Amino acid sequence: MDNSKGYAIELRGIVKRFPGVVANDGIDLKVRRGEIHCLLGENGAGKTTLMRVLYGLYRPDEGEIILNGQSVQITSPRIALNHHVGMVHQHFRLVPTLSVEENIVLGLDEGTGPFMNFRKTRKKVSAIANQYGLPVEPQTKIWQLGVGQQQRVEILKALYREVDILIMDEPTSVLTPHEVEQLFATLRTLVDDGLTIIFITHKLDEVMQVSDRVTVLRKGKVVTTFPTTETDKPTLARLMVGREVIFRLEKKRMERRDKILEVNDLYALNERRLPAIRKMSFELFGGEILGVAGVSGNGQHELSEVLTGLRKPTKGKVFLKKKEVTNCSAREMNDLNVAHIPAERMRMGIVPALSIRENLILKKYRCSPFCHREFLDKKEIEENANRAMSNYRIAAPSCETPAKLLSGGNIQKVILARELSENPCLIVAVHPTYGLDIGATEHVRQVLLAQRERGAATLLISEDLEEIMTMSDRILVLFNGEVMGILDAESAGIEEISLMMAGTRHKGEKL
Amino acid sequence: MKGHLGFKIERRPVASGRLVFFVSLLAIIAAFVMAGVFFRIYGVSPIHAYQLILRGSLGSRFGLAETVRRMIPLLLCGVGLTIAFRALFWNIGAEGQLLMGAVAAAGIALFSGLPDPLLLPAMFIGGFLGGAAWGLIPAVLKVVLGLNDVITTLMMNYIAIYFVEWLIHGPWKGPTARGFAYSDTFPPAAWLPTIYGTRIHWPTLVLGLVLAIVMYIMVTRTRSGFEVRVIGENPDAARFAGISQLKTTLLVMLISGGFAGLAGVGEIAGIHMRLLGPANISMGYGYTAIIVAWLARRNPLAVIVTSILFAVIMTGGDVIKVSLGLPFQLINVFNGLILFFLIGSEIFLRYKVSFLLRR
Repeated sequence: MDNSKGYAIELRGIVKRFPGVVANDGIDLKVRRGEIHCLLGENGAGKTTLMRVLYGLYRPDEGEIILNGQSVQITSPRIALNHHVGMVHQHFRLVPTLSVEENIVLGLDEGTGPFMNFRKTRKKVSAIANQYGLPVEPQTKIWQLGVGQQQRVEILKALYREVDILIMDEPTSVLTPHEVEQLFATLRTLVDDGLTIIFITHKLDEVMQVSDRVTVLRKGKVVTTFPTTETDKPTLARLMVGREVIFRLEKKRMERRDKILEVNDLYALNERRLPAIRKMSFELFGGEILGVAGVSGNGQHELSEVLTGLRKPTKGKVFLKKKEVTNCSAREMNDLNVAHIPAERMRMGIVPALSIRENLILKKYRCSPFCHREFLDKKEIEENANRAMSNYRIAAPSCETPAKLLSGGNIQKVILARELSENPCLIVAVHPTYGLDIGATEHVRQVLLAQRERGAATLLISEDLEEIMTMSDRILVLFNGEVMGILDAESAGIEEISLMMAGTRHKGEKL
Repeated sequence: MKGHLGFKIERRPVASGRLVFFVSLLAIIAAFVMAGVFFRIYGVSPIHAYQLILRGSLGSRFGLAETVRRMIPLLLCGVGLTIAFRALFWNIGAEGQLLMGAVAAAGIALFSGLPDPLLLPAMFIGGFLGGAAWGLIPAVLKVVLGLNDVITTLMMNYIAIYFVEWLIHGPWKGPTARGFAYSDTFPPAAWLPTIYGTRIHWPTLVLGLVLAIVMYIMVTRTRSGFEVRVIGENPDAARFAGISQLKTTLLVMLISGGFAGLAGVGEIAGIHMRLLGPANISMGYGYTAIIVAWLARRNPLAVIVTSILFAVIMTGGDVIKVSLGLPFQLINVFNGLILFFLIGSEIFLRYKVSFLLRR
């Protein structure tokens, strides 16, 4: 019997290089027909790259793709779909102003001539929706749907195209725990119906909960593959990071110092002018890290912007060291020595085309010593860069190197060097370790802890609950723009925090 | 098994200066080859035509002088545009800004009654402000109301063109112009000196060269230049760093519009000595300067070179009209083709394309 029978997908020796990195370094992967196969690995391990190769978004530099025993060339998503391979991306590919059914048929040659036949579409969509328990209203516009429902549309889109293999790229990162349950139930039905699912994740619990088999990737290579039942979380964690995970960082006990930040009954709107922060009040002290936990999109982004002067609140007050700063601009907040480590470091944190040297003075270029009258002082700027590069161990050929050529970890170090060099009184750090490898993550965390010991007040916003729990002194849980409660990090349990993230108010927290 | 030729496209991290130069050169050569097709259609050998253009625009004292005098407005408008483009403000309105500079200067020359020595300085200042004002309107509209800068700057050109038409047919029509749509001739104190026997109004040329250097220093060495580069490269990071989009946009359009206005002053005070039809004042310098700035890759110093190239092409238009009897407008085909190939060639700066044999 042919060995390849029984495998829906076989990847042999896939190599994909990008300038400066080998994202996939000779990957072999076999996925059995009708299983949920987890691809587990840290950010940057090469999971998404590998799946983009399979879906035809990237051409591999080397290697072979075998689907159902046949060697195939997948050069575009259309060809992938012809081979019945579909993918649900981490960031959805939907047109917000179009309806569900319009999004589903987008790019298909449906109907007669130039005319669309939505009656047929609608029938087929509701048939699929009923079969797999994915209720949607076909004529609703995408922007009116929540993320969970949008994901449902993405899945329907793939099923409408009659895929046999469905790739899900970190599908749970935007979902509430309840929505995750629903998603897992759906995936089970799909598999029972004969589909094969590849599930990309870096969360151990999900692997244990949903998968039949799991393949661990690290730094572009396969570490191992085995049935989920034959492994456990600590094993997976060790394989994923290559060594034992330090679950507790060295953290000195700190005496509570002066109150640095006070937020009083704050309200703010999001980009779509809908309420994003509601009746928010909290205090933050020097020498303290206050972790903000919550599913993304529950007001964290807006909170960080209000505190750094990038967004004007609609109501309420913010005090910094007893001084009102509610309507201060970004520049004024910067001058008051508030540091901001932004979430999207490539978009907000740096100017990719400018050099490291110039990125390091992005917020300080106007004043001495970097600027005298109108003219920039080249020598001072260079000395500043050399100092920062050695203090923060920024690995780059020189300070002239454009920031865009640096790795994520080094870019984050540039941002840290710039934001923390003036010994800020308040640090607003948003996803500070997102996408970084273990070494860089540890460096960032140690830098933040050093600032805490120095007496800085830190607001740490992160989706990584483990990071919040290890780093914080107190944990503030956000849901729907409201504070569900503030817990002491020492005694808080994951269970309790998860419940609050899903909208349960902490006992004793009044409305 | 027979292989076929495939190609691989990879992102290129940074394009070196040499690569930029060669790719630009190749784009220009490609444009000249394509333009050759048009000469063929007219039954003229392209090689012969290019020889004539080169000889006519650079090979004689007269031709050279004509090339240099056309370079002046291209240089001034082009230098200003590099600054606007660096801040990602797509100023398509240098033509209108040039005309409004000319209008302001003409008004001062004709009606201010200033003492002679003050007249020319006042005209330059007025011309700068006239062009700047015309450029600042779209700048404010973009930052405050979010209106598209391409559309507004382009539309402002038409307002300027018809405003000039109205002036020379109406209130400013010269009693001594014998029914022509001109203003009166300016008093001699409002005439720019020229290099003897040519139409090169050298003070404007010097001004252009100095401003190219000053702007290069501004962009690379000053904090305003730093702000312009940050806004242009990453507007989000600029907001994050507290750089004001309003202030920076106003600054770049003050410069860009103002410099175009100075070009307008040079044209009417150096060549025509009166306000006349918009098409006679400018010949599309403001539009051609867009390509000049783009070919210079937004580097103000490089504009000195690229403005010469386009001046050669414009003078070449005269040559082919006189020597070959071909329409002057053929040079617009040139300009269009160069821009076309230039923008097309940018893929080679951002990506590395390598050919390989697939089996």
